[in-house]
Amino acid sequence: MNQRDDEGIVLTEAQRKARRSRSIAIALALGALVILFYIITLVKGPGVLVRPL
Amino acid sequence: MSLVSEGADFRGPLGPAAALSRGGAAEPSLASAGDYFRLLKPRVMSLVVLTAFTGLAVAPGGIHPVMAFTALLCIAVGAGAAGALNMWYDADIDAQMTRTRTRPVPAGRVQPGEALAFGLTLAGFSVVTLGLMVNLLSAGLLAFTIFFYAVIYTAWLKRSTPQNIVIGGAAGAFPPMIGWAAVTGSLALEPLILFLIIFFWTPPHFWALAICKKDDYARAGVPMLPVVAGDAATRLQILIYTIVLVPFGVAPWALGFAGVVYGATAVVTGAVMLALAIQVYREPPQQQRACRNLFAFSILYLFLLFAVLLVEQGWGGALLRFAA
Repeated sequence: MNQRDDEGIVLTEAQRKARRSRSIAIALALGALVILFYIITLVKGPGVLVRPL
Repeated sequence: MSLVSEGADFRGPLGPAAALSRGGAAEPSLASAGDYFRLLKPRVMSLVVLTAFTGLAVAPGGIHPVMAFTALLCIAVGAGAAGALNMWYDADIDAQMTRTRTRPVPAGRVQPGEALAFGLTLAGFSVVTLGLMVNLLSAGLLAFTIFFYAVIYTAWLKRSTPQNIVIGGAAGAFPPMIGWAAVTGSLALEPLILFLIIFFWTPPHFWALAICKKDDYARAGVPMLPVVAGDAATRLQILIYTIVLVPFGVAPWALGFAGVVYGATAVVTGAVMLALAIQVYREPPQQQRACRNLFAFSILYLFLLFAVLLVEQGWGGALLRFAA
């Protein structure tokens, strides 16, 4: 179980593993979004935010 | 497997609001990326993507493949966000049903507050991105779809009326309209027909399942039609909705925006749907075999209709244009 002391919460191995899994997923999602927005900018050109109704 | 007994004291008469206020923020999360992915209801999402893609593909005019991909991604994420919000609000119900009690929130792997934040973040992000990158109409429709599913269906209708999945089914029927709107920036009869196919497909599909899971719904206090009106009335309603559904399934061909292959598929699969619905109607109340058959085939039916339409009018047309 967790040990709470002056140094804060110490994660268990399972919690550490879960956090790592979430961190990797967030990193991949953000990286994919950067690439997607970059490609969209190339496709739409200077008017990237000009959109029809 | 531990279900709700561990770390699931959020359930109670006050529902999700109390859950959120008491959510175990002091306990570091055990939720994995896979748990968050399951909050998105990936199987529902896959059907949403298929139907949205079909709406996008049959729409007149062109859309750049990157923008089409972006639109589908936003629709998929928006649908997933609605699923996460549904799982947040319905955690108390899900915990009491065998079909849903291993979901991440009732199982205690994801805290209610985490599911709520996840759903709201994805909802906002998907709508804003669709609005900025594609067009405002499709973004507005996506926002309305998420609102309709999370608030109108989940928070209101599901717990208050046996017509919950009839009206709430509209939420699942919007994706083809969003796909169409992403291309054209407008709406027309064709996406409305696709909307109506899913709308009338939803009651037979869910009521066939509800008959099989009637005890679960009764225990959870969800007023599904078999619980409130009984088995026989539900089986009659399944038959009536299927009779209405089948002509709408054929309508894309009859109205000329689908070809012969689609027409033949719709007629044959529609006949099977009708035959299964008649079997459900005639089946003795104690039996569930016909209901299970109808539930299973209804998924194939909807998949086939939209997949054939997609290939025939969308992908097929695009390939022919490319070859010419």
